[in-house]
Amino acid sequence: MDTLSQLAHGFAVALTWQNLLWCLLGTTLGTAIGVLPGLGPALTIALLLPITFQVAPEASFILFAGIYYGAMYGGSTTSILLNTPGESATIVTALEGNKMARSGRGGAALATSAIGSFVAGMIGTLGVAFLAPVVVSFALAFGPAEYFSLMVLAFVMVSAVLGSSAVRGLTSLFVGFFLGMIGVDLQTGQPRFTFGVSELLDGTSMIVAAVGLFAVGETLYVASRRYAGRDEIIPLKGSLYMTAQEWARSWKAWLRGAAIGFPIGALPAGGAEIPTFLSYALEKKLSNHKEEFGTTGAIEGVAGPEAANNASAAGVLVPMLTLGLPTSATAAIMLSAFQSYGINPGPLLLQTQPALVWGLVASLFVANVLLVILNLPLIGLWVRLLKIPAPQLYAGILVFATVGTYGISQSPVDLILLYVLGAMGFLMRRFDFPTAPVIIGMILGPLAETQFRRAMTISNGDWSVFYTHPLSLTLLILALLALLGPRVYGIIVHRRTRGPEHVPGDA
Amino acid sequence: MSVSDPHSDPHPGLALPEALIGIGLLVCAGAVVWQTAVMPVSPMYSKVGPTVFPYMTAAGLAILAILLFIQAMRGGWQPDDEKEVKADWKSVAFVAAGLVANVALIGPLGFTAASAVLFVLVAHGFGSRQPIRNAVTGLVLSLAAYFGFAKALGVNIGAGVIERLLGA
Repeated sequence: MDTLSQLAHGFAVALTWQNLLWCLLGTTLGTAIGVLPGLGPALTIALLLPITFQVAPEASFILFAGIYYGAMYGGSTTSILLNTPGESATIVTALEGNKMARSGRGGAALATSAIGSFVAGMIGTLGVAFLAPVVVSFALAFGPAEYFSLMVLAFVMVSAVLGSSAVRGLTSLFVGFFLGMIGVDLQTGQPRFTFGVSELLDGTSMIVAAVGLFAVGETLYVASRRYAGRDEIIPLKGSLYMTAQEWARSWKAWLRGAAIGFPIGALPAGGAEIPTFLSYALEKKLSNHKEEFGTTGAIEGVAGPEAANNASAAGVLVPMLTLGLPTSATAAIMLSAFQSYGINPGPLLLQTQPALVWGLVASLFVANVLLVILNLPLIGLWVRLLKIPAPQLYAGILVFATVGTYGISQSPVDLILLYVLGAMGFLMRRFDFPTAPVIIGMILGPLAETQFRRAMTISNGDWSVFYTHPLSLTLLILALLALLGPRVYGIIVHRRTRGPEHVPGDA
Repeated sequence: MSVSDPHSDPHPGLALPEALIGIGLLVCAGAVVWQTAVMPVSPMYSKVGPTVFPYMTAAGLAILAILLFIQAMRGGWQPDDEKEVKADWKSVAFVAAGLVANVALIGPLGFTAASAVLFVLVAHGFGSRQPIRNAVTGLVLSLAAYFGFAKALGVNIGAGVIERLLGA
């Protein structure tokens, strides 16, 4: 009951006309960047981080959450009509969705993905509202040692378990740790890795890193494969209405997708890709129309994964808000927005900032309603966005990348850093290193270091705190199992199966 | 993985680019150790001071670099479809030239003019052959970005020739 009354207060915050406008702006912008290839929520939120100096926390988080949810909706449109996933979480949607569009059922594919996203987004957001207080009651018992071990587990999950190679994922993560250490050490005032450049004393800005990796790196990469084949936009044929049979085939897939997506998103592993792959596999197995998979396009194969990615996007907010543990690049950047307000997400957040948290959760419900309207009746508008030619699109992305970066400090040093990180992002894409762990390592590395040093200070430098506390030990064992388990299993099975193809970042 | 792949090179020897990545990372790890070693540390913090985490990071990077190098010796890991596509270095060069021009011109000419140059060069790299139209588009877009960021977000972007003409 407590949750419901808190949620009611949240709606009082979310339904003020200013916040409704922020939500509308966020969802519109989110849909647009979701539709456009090459732009994603992490990059967009990074570029908009300076807004945190201007408006109240509620307003910026409602805006950011709108962008985050909107990108999930918009990404599916691109997947279905262009066969180029707009977002990494909508790769699976392209498998069946594009086939459906080719066989003239693009309207139904768009409808099932938008309505499925709505249903799953609502379920997922309800999940956040009810699960967050439960997680908080657990997390209050966490000491620094437990926090550190939990972060170790999250590090292993986001870099080693998800993605095609544990070594490359961990390499990305450690590069992120290094970037996060640049600047003044907060506990001792000791400058680290500034190489005598005074601009680096403040540390590498999250904006520079995200924009460099996602915008500059991506643009260089796309430029390098300019002749690698172009996808055509499939014109939208047929009505957006689904037949009774299509409804019947969709609704169970939505619920199953949400049931897979939310828990995986809420685990300190995160990522919206894995649940979409799982949901796809499940729908394919359960379907009575197996012959449509991979040929004319099966509607379950769109409905399930679309629901899964939206539910997991909601799930990711649970560890972010209750533990301060971001498990996707977008969540990591949202965490840095919290830091810029001087707010520390964690178990106390729900008590110290109830208006912010519950206003945010309530605004997610509002966002879902706005998004289903934006993405169904107004779909034609978004399809037109796909017609922006690549030269102007990518040139424009770089112009915005420059404003966002140069605007923070007006220093050419930041621009040079941006381009260096862009070159790194390009190499990472070419050699199949995931980029999201860099961002997560950069933001979570310093937090892990703080917890580590706190734990060691309390224990007087005795390392045993990490393995004598039962909870901490359990988390570390889980991390070890997650790291080595798949390898051991692979040796036993004696067959190397590749995980789902890594697709760079949720940029 | 490419070792067992029938389509890959019949002699899966050392993959040079991947090996260079491994070596480069190892050098980076060494640089981290060196920079950490020269950090003056107050004895008060000798237990878990500001150097412990850097050393741990360097150790991790070094181990990963060696593992990557071993993978490179076994034929590397770059996906086949990535190898098959020949990189269009000319396009990349135009994009890079745009970025360099931007950083060089943003000081003397201001954001808008520098961005317009960036826009034209990048669009050219992506195959557009309408420099005049792109210059105009770039100018309009960067002015919009300039006013959007400067006014709405309160971010102070370097004003230059064009901004002053417009009285911004």
